[in-house]
This record gives sequence, structure tokens and C-alpha cells, in this order.
Amino acid sequence: MADDFKTFRCIVCGFEYSEAAGLPDEGIAPGTRWADIPGDWCCPDCGSAKEDFDMVEI
Amino acid sequence: MEPIVIVGTGLAGYGVARELRKMDATVPIVLLSRDGAEQYAKPNLSAALAAGHTPERLVQASAEDVANKLRADVRPFSVVTAIDPEARTLTVNGTALKYRDLVLAVGADPLRPPFLTAEVAADGRVLQVNDLADYRRWRDRLAGVQRVVVIGAGLIGVEFASDLVAAGKTVTVVDMGTQPLGRLLPPEAAEVMRGQLQAAGVQWRLGQGIAQLNLGPDAVEVVLQDGQQVTGELILVAIGLSPRLDLARQAGLKTARAIVVDAHLATSAPHIYALGDCAEVAGQWLPYVAPLLHGAKALAATLSGQPMAVAYPPMPVIVKTPPCPTVVLTPPQGSIWQTTHEGANVRALAHDAFGGLRGFALMGANVADRTTLARQVVST
Repeated sequence: MADDFKTFRCIVCGFEYSEAAGLPDEGIAPGTRWADIPGDWCCPDCGSAKEDFDMVEI
Repeated sequence: MEPIVIVGTGLAGYGVARELRKMDATVPIVLLSRDGAEQYAKPNLSAALAAGHTPERLVQASAEDVANKLRADVRPFSVVTAIDPEARTLTVNGTALKYRDLVLAVGADPLRPPFLTAEVAADGRVLQVNDLADYRRWRDRLAGVQRVVVIGAGLIGVEFASDLVAAGKTVTVVDMGTQPLGRLLPPEAAEVMRGQLQAAGVQWRLGQGIAQLNLGPDAVEVVLQDGQQVTGELILVAIGLSPRLDLARQAGLKTARAIVVDAHLATSAPHIYALGDCAEVAGQWLPYVAPLLHGAKALAATLSGQPMAVAYPPMPVIVKTPPCPTVVLTPPQGSIWQTTHEGANVRALAHDAFGGLRGFALMGANVADRTTLARQVVST
């Protein structure tokens, strides 16, 4: 399985969630796919909803 | 067909346009801005210095980029001077513009205290920052300055103070209250915030009003009410916001603390809506990002013909103070706080008389519990 991990950016404040890195200090393990993050999770920097993120084309 | 006109291109204005275009691909949208209509996120202003970002780096898209992406008519440097609700027209740069629906997303001005006289403002060393243009002036002034005084220990004051000490500036924060974030945090948590920021280099002058500012040749003297003085080469005044009401009042709309709107963000006049820092929604004035984003989604649905009332989930406020990471959900009046902490890791919970969880304040490592705790909050 090609582990092409993606990055997602908050369209409000620019915070980036990287699937490869996860968010360990929020209990989200490295490698956690965006789809597997709970729907009511929100941006740690500004509180925007998960749906207010765009996938970053690299 | 007349366009939907949105006045203001901050997070609220652009937020509504983005959500509306998702729901309606063809309705004409006109966005009017007094400034250059650049898209940027205001929360970034109080953390850009330590992040090594210049003001330009904060610009996410130009007016033209947004116009192309949203297929909208974005008009920078457009000043609205009047609204005629009956004729459904507004006056922009002197010419009339008809609208099908009008959205006021004009934001708020920083509160101007009496000591910020016209002469003091003209001096250029005493600034207020509430948009990107202000921030550019602020950063220009900051280059080559060492001593900064921040007047106001609220959300903006403590975030700017943290950013400034992280960049090596000498920072004193002055406030009439006896604790930072006195309105948001319970006392024990506010004390930890004070201590953590002090450990990071912030000097505090709390419980002190300001008598006047003396404009010295190479520094400004902030004279406190007890006669003591704090000097700074640059002063930030961040003591709160004042919703921009003049357009709404000119148009005869109902206003109180802010533009009065119902749960559908409708003002007292038909076809005119308002959201963001300029509006109080069903009696609540919430000048934060999260409520505005929920409002933008609901208003986009309403403007697309599916009326939707705003229904806020619990919306914790994230305080960007790296020496003391903090997330706070302010409870309704009358809730009872219980605070525990080990060192700087604070966990404060607020319950109502029936034992329902109504608010919380988490600091340090505990901020990780934010999402799980928010799920347990009893909504009103």
C-alpha cells in the first residue's frame, strides 16, 4: 500500500494536519488518515471545523 | 437578477461567500471592502512574529485570486456610505448598487480609551491592531524597538505579549483587572497564566488604571493611576472591541451592543443580514472565529432558499500563549468552578446547579482533553 500520506490545511488559520505526523499530544497517532479523525474534531489553532480544511496539493 | 452584496471581506464576509458558492454555483455575489480585500486569517496576527512570518506571508490570497476562485465580483477600496432598505440599494463610492440580499460583515473597531487622544494617536507610537493594515504598521514600528507596553490583558493582549517576548522584546502588560483573561478564566487558572507568562519574561502591572500617556522624545511614558510610570518605545492598546454600527444605524436597523440579528442572522429590515464581530446573534455577542464560521454556513443555506438557524455547538476558545497553552469554554453566569492543577497543568470544570458540565478551562498538557470534554458539555 503506497503510504502517500496527505496534508490538510485549515482554510481559516493555515494550521496543517499531516497524516504522517498525526497529532500525538491530542491522542492522534502518526499515520492516522484524515478520514479516520472524528467529525467533531476541530483545528487546534483556531477551532474551525474539520470540514473547513482543504487538502494541500504537493 | 440583483446580486447578493456582502460588505466586508474578513473571515465573516469571505466565509459567507465561500459557503454560498458551495451551495449555489450561479447566484451573483458582490464583495465590498474598504481596504485591499486581501484574504488573511486575523487569528494569525497575534502569533506571526514568533512564527517568523512577515505580514505579506499572512496573505492567503489576493482580491483577484478570491474573485476567480469564488466567481465573485470583489471590489477593494469600496466605501459604503448609505443603505436604503426600502429601495434595496446601497451607496458605494458615491454610486448606487442594487442588491437582492445584503450581508453586513463589517466587523468591529478597537475600543478607544480616553487617554488615546487625537494627539497621542497622531504620534504613531501608540497603536491598535485589528486588521492586516494595522498589523503592517505595527510590524514596521516594531523593527528596532526593544521596550513594548501592552495595555489590556485580555485575549489579544496576552497573545501579543507572548509573541513579543518570544521575539526577545521587553514587554510590560498593564490592566485594570487584577488577573490576565479575568473575564474568561477562573481565578486559579488566571494566576497560572500570569505566572507562566511572567516566567517567559512578561512583566505585569495589574490592578492599575491609566491616568495619561506622556509623549517623550525617545519613549512614551504610561502614567498609571497610582502615579507610577512604565515606559515603552511602542504601545499596543488592546482593551476590547466596539462593533461598527454607523451603517446599520444610518439604515435604521435595530442595534444594541452590536447589530441585532435573530437566529437566522436577519436584522430588523427584510433582506439585510449581519454576522461576525459586528452582530449579536439572539442576544449573544461572540467576537470569535468559531461562531462566525457556523453563522456563515447557516446564512449560506438561508440565502440559497433553505432557511437555517444558527445552532452553536460548544465552541472552546483557543488562547495562543505558547508559555501557557490554554483552551477555555466560558460557562453561563452562575456556574460553579472547581479547579485542580499540578504545576502549570490546569483542569478547571464549571458545573450548573444540576451538576451538568457547562464550561471548562484547560492549560498545559490538559489541552489535549479539549475535544472529549467538549462532547460532555450540556448545551443550553
